[in-house]
Amino acid sequence: MTKKTSLSSKLYTALVFIFLYAPIAVLILFSFNSGKSTSVFEGFSLYWYKELFNDAATLDAFKNSMIVAVASSIIATVMGTAAATAIFGYKNKLLKSSIMTVTNIPMMNPEIVTGISMMLLFVFVGSLFGKTGTLGFGTLIIAHTTFELPYVILNVLPKLRQTDPHLSEAAQDLGCTPFQAFFKVVLPAIMPGIISGLMMAFTLSVDDFIISYFVSGTSSQTLPIRIFSMTKRRVTPDMYALSTLIFLAILVLLVVSNLVSAHGDKKLSKKGGAKK
Amino acid sequence: MNQKSSLMTKLSGSPYIVWAVLFIIVPLCMVAYYAFTDKTGAFTIDNMAQISKYADTFILSIWLGLLATVICLVIAYPLAYIMASKGPEKQSTMTMLIMLPMWMNFLLRTYSWMTILEDNGLLTSALNSVVDFINNTAGLSLDPVHLINTRGAVVVGMVYNFLPYMILPIYTVMLKSDRSLVEAAQDLGGNRLDVFRNVTLPLSVPGIVSGFTMVFVPSVSTFYISQKLGGTGTILIGDIIETQFQTANNFNLGASLSFVLMILIFICLAVMNRFSDDDGGVII
Repeated sequence: MTKKTSLSSKLYTALVFIFLYAPIAVLILFSFNSGKSTSVFEGFSLYWYKELFNDAATLDAFKNSMIVAVASSIIATVMGTAAATAIFGYKNKLLKSSIMTVTNIPMMNPEIVTGISMMLLFVFVGSLFGKTGTLGFGTLIIAHTTFELPYVILNVLPKLRQTDPHLSEAAQDLGCTPFQAFFKVVLPAIMPGIISGLMMAFTLSVDDFIISYFVSGTSSQTLPIRIFSMTKRRVTPDMYALSTLIFLAILVLLVVSNLVSAHGDKKLSKKGGAKK
Repeated sequence: MNQKSSLMTKLSGSPYIVWAVLFIIVPLCMVAYYAFTDKTGAFTIDNMAQISKYADTFILSIWLGLLATVICLVIAYPLAYIMASKGPEKQSTMTMLIMLPMWMNFLLRTYSWMTILEDNGLLTSALNSVVDFINNTAGLSLDPVHLINTRGAVVVGMVYNFLPYMILPIYTVMLKSDRSLVEAAQDLGGNRLDVFRNVTLPLSVPGIVSGFTMVFVPSVSTFYISQKLGGTGTILIGDIIETQFQTANNFNLGASLSFVLMILIFICLAVMNRFSDDDGGVII
């Protein structure tokens, strides 16, 4: 590549990243504003952070988000991993492809349609039993599990395809029951897929607004729903403080996970080198 | 595989199959049921008949969604191309930098654009001082810039929120495609434009298709972006559906609108998939 084109590609990359990060920079800057304005910077202060930590409703919503995310991502990971091994093992092509089609529906369908379809189900079932307040933690966890499942399955399936099928057979020849063979041989081999599925499920759950908005009750507000109700009014910089903290948490998580995986790669390549 | 283990494998899928039927298929049937019944549960096509009133809204939503998707493609393609040509170290840093905003809450990301675009916001005041300067020096009387509550602002919001979903699939496909094909084309005497048109571009089509889907679907069905950045002038189909469920309490009309939206989107996706031979199995 000539010097000129590499300069223009650098400039282009810089422009896209400015576009991606300018709004985040604005949020972070104004979270430290001493005044109430979100457009005129009056001076540095941590006032809005203090305000945020005194806001019981926001802290409550954060707690709710964590409960829903942990519960739904664990259920989705266990059920999804079992489903992926089953789908992988099915010999019947039609069964396999129809399950995969259904699995794709929550990913292809607009979130608003997924949200209202589940809301209608919950309200309908509730009305059958003559109850009105069916929406709450239970429905939130069911809905989150449902939209996380496809991601778990699609993370685990490729790992199963990469695993040597003879390994499980060999374990069984050596006296393992099929059950033991699965837990001792197959499970460790597909673990990276399970972990990435779990992580994806967790982050999707924490971040979800649209589906939660339709299936949560008044007592089970998650953080995004709390943010939504706060942004309905004129926003004060405590929302910005909250987003700054979220941003920092994600940044730290990403850097750490990148370092860990880079470290793991190095270890792996060292191991590979030693074998030679 | 012996009988016992294959039985175990089959059984391990059953909880998911039951779950998928109960919480994926049955809810969609509920949407159809509510779409074709009235408040008492009697069959009616009144809700469907009302859809024609919202034809303009559907068209506007699809138009803005398409516009946002095309802009995303135009911005994302060169970036994905640049990324794929970088060294592995730089690539992983850039991927991380692109994913980071995606994990920020989408409501807050949209809200920050509101403060940038509003009438005394950062960008608007900067642009207006330029306008004032031109007016004062050249003796013109240009109108001050107005950005918030326009359709343009809604499209900016969509592009900003969903751009990473376009960059990542295209980048992934480019990374996987065989570099030696490009070299072969160059060896055969193709100039850079030829090579791009005949090799790089066709190879990246699956990435474009999956990026297109991932940007188009959420853009068409959004309601938060249009509420915050579009004001009262830009009502999208998502806004109308949301109103039926959250304030107007007309579940039947809302269900019929969602039903039509779902079918329209599946048609769009089917048309889009015809452009590629791939079965659409490209996910980040």
